[in-house]
Amino acid sequence: MAGTAHREPARPDLAVSIWRGDAGGAYADYRVPQRANQTVLDIVTFVQREIDPGLSYRFSCRVGMCGSCAMTVNGRPRWTCRTHVSKVAKNGRLTIGPLANLPVIKDLATDMAPFFQKWQAAKGVFSPSKTRHDAIEPIKPSSPERVAADAGVECINCGVCYAACDTVAWNADYLGPAALNRAWTLVNDVRDTGGKERLRAVSAAGGCHACHTHQSCQQHCPATLNPTASIAGLKRATVQAWLKGEIEP
Amino acid sequence: MNLRLYLWQRGTAALLAPLILIHLAVIFYATRQGLTAADILSRTRGSIAWALFYGAFVAAAAIHAAIGLRNILAEWGGLGGRTLAFCAVGFGLALALLGLRAVAAVVLP
Repeated sequence: MAGTAHREPARPDLAVSIWRGDAGGAYADYRVPQRANQTVLDIVTFVQREIDPGLSYRFSCRVGMCGSCAMTVNGRPRWTCRTHVSKVAKNGRLTIGPLANLPVIKDLATDMAPFFQKWQAAKGVFSPSKTRHDAIEPIKPSSPERVAADAGVECINCGVCYAACDTVAWNADYLGPAALNRAWTLVNDVRDTGGKERLRAVSAAGGCHACHTHQSCQQHCPATLNPTASIAGLKRATVQAWLKGEIEP
Repeated sequence: MNLRLYLWQRGTAALLAPLILIHLAVIFYATRQGLTAADILSRTRGSIAWALFYGAFVAAAAIHAAIGLRNILAEWGGLGGRTLAFCAVGFGLALALLGLRAVAAVVLP
């Protein structure tokens, strides 16, 4: 009877609503068989492969490393690959939509261009101080700057914090938690030379001072980062730079 | 909000925090001691100290509240540009005028 020992008990189908179309679209309903250890990404994949091949969505690694499968699941932005259905389904129901605060291309795929444009606007690009011919700069892991950079450097740009942020929803110019978190890691990178320009960039309208410290980014970040703390660090750094006369208010 | 507005808002907040505590203490004292309007006016009229105290209070509150309202109008009201600036500056000036008028009423001899 070894075969029957592994047989899954019968489960009722899940009632799944998935956003279809662009911003003017609507939710469509599907019934999906429930399985043990099923993720929300498994649900979306089942619908595309077994029910409607026209469903568009984005994924890659399936293990929480690439940051491409984020969607809105029962009202909250999440990595679908790392979200078990058993933890989020309510009375056997799932509602899966595209990430908020980003233009919808089609179905569950959003246009990430504004997200990365703001990354650029926050000067989120490393400005090296050395060439490949110079010796590698020794960085002490316990130095305060490196500790601060390490705290935010594991961001994989999934857009969950951006979708969760109230200020992004209300203020189209706001750079958002991910871009500002990136800027903070570079402010603390002693090899970087773009410090003043970066502090000027994040001090403009829509920069770090627009943050209301709601902490939704920290609450929702699947990588358990704290962009709110990074933004608070930028606020301190910009005020200190202003006091030193390095940037203008 | 940019760095300039942030500095003004946080700066006025830092000033308002002790001023509000003193203001509350004054209210508490006046009511506990049963001071009449005449008693209060006899203490405040001609007082440079009370004029400076409540003058600073009004100025800080007008700036602080105007910046806060500006954020609300921009984020929840969808205002921007000159309309936003006009509303925020107008609100701040109105608060300052009303407040300074009240200060003048109790400190001018």
